[in-house]
Amino acid sequence: MAPGPRVVLEVRGIVNRFGAQIVHDGLDMQVYEHDVFGIVGGSGAGKSVLLRTILGLQRPRAGEVLIGGRNLTQLSNNELRTIKAQYGVTFQSGALFSALTVLQNVQFPMIEHLELPAAARDELAMLKIRLVGLPAETAAKYPAQLSGGMVKRVALARALALDPMLLFLDEPTSGLDPISAAAFDELVQNLQHELHLTVVMITHDLDTIFRTCNRVGVIVDRHMEVDTLARIVDHPNPWIQAYFHGERARAREVGHGA
Amino acid sequence: MTEFIAAARSADSLEVALIGEWRALRLNDIGAELAALDLRGVRRVAIATDQLALLDLSAAWRLREFIVAVERTGAAVNFRSAPPQQLQVLDVALAKEAFRPPGVHVHESIEPVTALGRHVVRAWRDGRAGLAFVGRVALSALTAVTGWKRLRPISIARHVFDTGVTAIPIVALIAFLISVIIAFLSAQQLQRFGAEIFVVDLVTIGVLRELGVLLTAIIVAGRSGSAYAAEIGAMRLNEEIDALTATGADPYELLVLPRILGLVIALPLLTVLADAIGLAGGALLCRFLLDIPITQYLNRVNESIGPTTFWVGIAKAPVFAVLIGCAGVYRGLQVQGSSRELGRRTTEAVVQSIFLVILADALFAVLFMEIGI
Repeated sequence: MAPGPRVVLEVRGIVNRFGAQIVHDGLDMQVYEHDVFGIVGGSGAGKSVLLRTILGLQRPRAGEVLIGGRNLTQLSNNELRTIKAQYGVTFQSGALFSALTVLQNVQFPMIEHLELPAAARDELAMLKIRLVGLPAETAAKYPAQLSGGMVKRVALARALALDPMLLFLDEPTSGLDPISAAAFDELVQNLQHELHLTVVMITHDLDTIFRTCNRVGVIVDRHMEVDTLARIVDHPNPWIQAYFHGERARAREVGHGA
Repeated sequence: MTEFIAAARSADSLEVALIGEWRALRLNDIGAELAALDLRGVRRVAIATDQLALLDLSAAWRLREFIVAVERTGAAVNFRSAPPQQLQVLDVALAKEAFRPPGVHVHESIEPVTALGRHVVRAWRDGRAGLAFVGRVALSALTAVTGWKRLRPISIARHVFDTGVTAIPIVALIAFLISVIIAFLSAQQLQRFGAEIFVVDLVTIGVLRELGVLLTAIIVAGRSGSAYAAEIGAMRLNEEIDALTATGADPYELLVLPRILGLVIALPLLTVLADAIGLAGGALLCRFLLDIPITQYLNRVNESIGPTTFWVGIAKAPVFAVLIGCAGVYRGLQVQGSSRELGRRTTEAVVQSIFLVILADALFAVLFMEIGI
């Protein structure tokens, strides 16, 4: 193989089917180290199903998922557990544990995977809470007391609890106002830069894609078209054209004075 | 043998080389190795990072703790090359105001008088809110009877099915077992006086007046009271109730009333079933344990049954149904915030509905005795 950037995540020939409905039919994708990889696709194109497949929450009909070169479909439960400690995930609606405080939420992966004294756990969790830009008072609050933007940040802090190298974000900016969304994008970008993360995100937000992603995979016709952001916008597929050059995209260009 | 550090001591200076992948997952081992370093008499610590393959934030935090600890002993710390960038990230993050997890929230006072006072106030508020709930249910029931459509017959039918039809097997089984238990128990006692035939009276009156309806109500409280609380509670957490209200729909008319009315229809029917199965169970036991033939059993049932025996039992069923339905739905509507709250309210719903059913049964017993039926 030609020397190139290291492949962190590889998806090969994924097939997902629900009854007669075929969602993915031989989908491939590769994510390189330090990528910020955006997964784009129409509603119902199977973005979330793809993420669930990668995370092992759903077993594909065919195909395999490799994280760090190891095939997830062939690992024992114990090996999976160590792999799972190496990536962080945020879910669309946050999926914070509602019975736990913010601090306990962030500590949860640490309690599961590390044996640390409580004081060290507190400090590390507070560090993560601080890192995602939340004030210290947030730590004692319960998820029900948080605003939408704060929930997203706490979810990110929880995903970062074990210092993963790989981060999955499911619609990180959906439901946020443009200013909060921009702030969140900036946060992800800074963290990616500072912590040398590889980020895979599902998003609809064109602004987020242009601000943060360097490579983009578009799910069209049950397959994925992967390319750098600069080149994917010129892809001939009509859906991709409509997505990147449609009315909303033009409005964006006007707004940015491009 | 150390995995993450290699230390070399010369006079009063210590050379520490960091080795390999410093990951959060190995934090304990890293911490142990750092803690094992002998710092006595050390004036200078030099840290080399050229063999360090990876340093994540948690591990960097541990390293930073180590550096702080060393500096506190009066020794100087420096890096052979540029310090890892992760330390700068930490410095920036930790530099802002000192942060500690805010103190755990204040525990409830254990001062007995205060605790009692709190309890009373809470119970009083709870009672008033419950009363207000019953009032609203009654009001929406009143407005609903003005039109068939507002009664939501389809929704009611669904709840009759969920709480009634699907409960048939368990209610039948329990009614059967209970009547067998009564018959068996009383047969043992009455056989001593040669009065076996009165077993039939006991089973008939016991099942029809009390146990048929009471046990059915308790089963239904466990099944449907909890289901109502959990279902409505989950809808509350999901903001579905707010969505209903926002579209101008009345959740009491749409969710509360059909559930209560469904139960009011289903519970009496289940009670009739429980009565029948209970009598059948009694017949079976009398036939095979006491050698009372079925025809004689039926005759004796006819003699012991009064004009009101059956109706006294059945009349209680709708009342129990309202109590169970109200308790379940009311607790469900009180859910807010977290999944733990959902579990707590569901528990309350079941406990309270069973308690209310038994309390009402006791009141009925007194009432029926007073009016002499």
